[in-house]
Amino acid sequence: MWFFTDEQKELQNVCRSFAEKEIAPYAEKHDHDETFNIEAFKKMGELGLLGITADPKYGGAGLGAIEATIVMEEFGKACAGLTLSYLAHSMLCVNNISTNASEEQKAKYLPKLISGEQIGCMAMSEPGYGSDAVGMQCKAVKDGKNYVITGNKMWITNAQYADVIYLYARTGKEKKALTTFILEKDTKGFSVSKEIHKMGMRGSPTGELTFENCIVPESQRVGEEGSSIHHMMKNLDIERITISGISLGIAEACVQQCIKYSGERKQFEQTLANFQLIQKMIAEMSAETTMMRHFLYSTCKEYDLGIQDNVQAAKVKLQLPKMVTKIALDAIQLHGGYGYSREFPLEKYMRDNKLMEIGAGTNEVMIMIIAKNLLKEAMRG
Amino acid sequence: MNAFHKELSEQVHKYCSDKIWPLMEEDDEKEIFRPELFHGLGELGLCGIPIPSQYGGAELKYHDLCIVLSIIAGYSVPYAVTVSVSTMVQGILLEFGSEKQKAKYLPELAEGKAIASFAFSESHAGSDAASMKTTAKKTKGGYILNGSKMWISSAGYSKTYVVMARTGAEGSKGISAFIVEDGMEGFSIGKREKKMGWRTSATCEILFENCFVPEENLIGIEGQGFKIALSGLNKGRITIAAISIGLAEKAIDVATRYALEREQFGKAIYSFQGLQFMIAENATEIEAARSLMEKACENYDNNNINIKIAAMAKLKATDVAMKATTDAVQILGGVGYTKEYPVERFMRDAKVLQIVEGTNQIQKVIIAREMKNERT
Repeated sequence: MWFFTDEQKELQNVCRSFAEKEIAPYAEKHDHDETFNIEAFKKMGELGLLGITADPKYGGAGLGAIEATIVMEEFGKACAGLTLSYLAHSMLCVNNISTNASEEQKAKYLPKLISGEQIGCMAMSEPGYGSDAVGMQCKAVKDGKNYVITGNKMWITNAQYADVIYLYARTGKEKKALTTFILEKDTKGFSVSKEIHKMGMRGSPTGELTFENCIVPESQRVGEEGSSIHHMMKNLDIERITISGISLGIAEACVQQCIKYSGERKQFEQTLANFQLIQKMIAEMSAETTMMRHFLYSTCKEYDLGIQDNVQAAKVKLQLPKMVTKIALDAIQLHGGYGYSREFPLEKYMRDNKLMEIGAGTNEVMIMIIAKNLLKEAMRG
Repeated sequence: MNAFHKELSEQVHKYCSDKIWPLMEEDDEKEIFRPELFHGLGELGLCGIPIPSQYGGAELKYHDLCIVLSIIAGYSVPYAVTVSVSTMVQGILLEFGSEKQKAKYLPELAEGKAIASFAFSESHAGSDAASMKTTAKKTKGGYILNGSKMWISSAGYSKTYVVMARTGAEGSKGISAFIVEDGMEGFSIGKREKKMGWRTSATCEILFENCFVPEENLIGIEGQGFKIALSGLNKGRITIAAISIGLAEKAIDVATRYALEREQFGKAIYSFQGLQFMIAENATEIEAARSLMEKACENYDNNNINIKIAAMAKLKATDVAMKATTDAVQILGGVGYTKEYPVERFMRDAKVLQIVEGTNQIQKVIIAREMKNERT
């Protein structure tokens, strides 16, 4: 982007070469075996990327939405699955602790999470509460100086590998009576009750968590009782923006692969690139990718400058994933039989990107948020 | 649907839900094909539907075949495709084969005791099939085949392969069609493709190394191969349309049932207009595609072959299937993305329907060519 600083361009280069060397060569294998590239993840710690937005006092890089999105895009190009795990750790866990937790809690958890010694996850959704996350039923009951936590959490990225769980639980009857806790994996009564097998993002572990009378000391509570909604609101925008960077990376990978293949593959004694149908597909997917890049990074810039309106992030999260599923489907189509085979990465791009329309708020939830905000006044009548 | 169709449908539904459906998730993940399920479909008389009864077929119409394939596809696209391809090969033998060939090969195929494969594409000749490199050199008493064929469905499980190979000059006129039997010397199965979907179905490369094929296995006459293949594909397109419609219908059925039960924000998600519109639009598109497919069937059943309509049916129905299965995953949300519900498999299976039997880009080329031919 034209407004990237030299430091941002340098970050882009570092991430690109790291992804080409450490992520891309192993992406197909981890996707096939449903395994997690923990070696690459740990090396992200050495590069200082695991706390990209976190407080520098505890080892974080203290950077903004632009930098975090650059990482997502570059890693997303190489393997969206691993990038999703990176996002769950660095944005959903580390960034939330950095912005909401006390100094003691930050000192206790951030250094190890940022170095990569420990892995984090965030636990919000439940089996019966997906889009309606605020309706969650996992409860934390006060008992002297402790809380007793009981319930289940679903679709938890990094569940099987997480040392630290950033958890939301119900502490009262009112819909918004939700409280945030930091839980460690060795807490008695806590378990990863199920591994979830998915269509795509197979390089990112997903599990269901069970809490059976888990006793958590009061000191593990983040902020005041009932302040979760406030915590969530503070970071939702940056989470929606940065996750969209994964889709942008996938789109870019599709365009590059289609251009390459069109120049190599011959049918009817000409390269595919000579056919107008193919030209149309490539021209359109490239135009859309450029449009998305501008939309996304302008939004990042506004976010970092603190001048963003409250539905811009939801608009990004609605548009990018949706457009990229279409692009990935077209990219398979352009490659024909080879696009459908697992020897080429196109079918993985499509499977991975489909999650982007569902995770971190479905397209339908984004539509609700945007419409509700835009029509707040009008809907009263 | 008349009483006969109703009875036929009930039988097919019963077999598929009892025998096929319970195995599909695991067989998809592990890439397992079970010939006994195909033979079971054969026992129900479903493997040679349009073939005359003198050759062991059910002597029904293409429309009947399409109804059956739609139903099977709702449970398993790969088994529907296996039946579809095997039936397409029988259609070729019926139309172009000698009496001896028909008598020898058709009965066991039509009764579902054996499976047939169609070998046309090569690694460098996909959409441009006429540029194929596999050769068949005339020799005493037959032909010697050399080369390889790609994306062959049911390879390794089939007994009979209809193979297109070059006997003459470059281009489509130099191609002939042969019957190659499993076990012939010099014929072997190459690597099995790892695919996004259709994982139950075995898709492999097949290889010919100085494979001798007797003269009596040439279908029709030398140089007729390309025409024979296209005639098969014209029918194959309609069956792919039928499979797409069955799959789309099932995906929207699963999504609708789920939306009626799943509650968020204190009410069934079906009560949200955004979701209702997705379901209404898909249901409408499915009916539109079905009408087109039925029109194409009617043309075939009345010997009034219309290549344009068949290509349109394939193009429309496969696009509808892609949209419907993608939306079904979206409607189920997180669980739709997991292996616990079938919709993610439906979506993966749908994609290749836009690629096989001529990519949808090729269908557009065909439609445009026919539009021009009608006017010049």
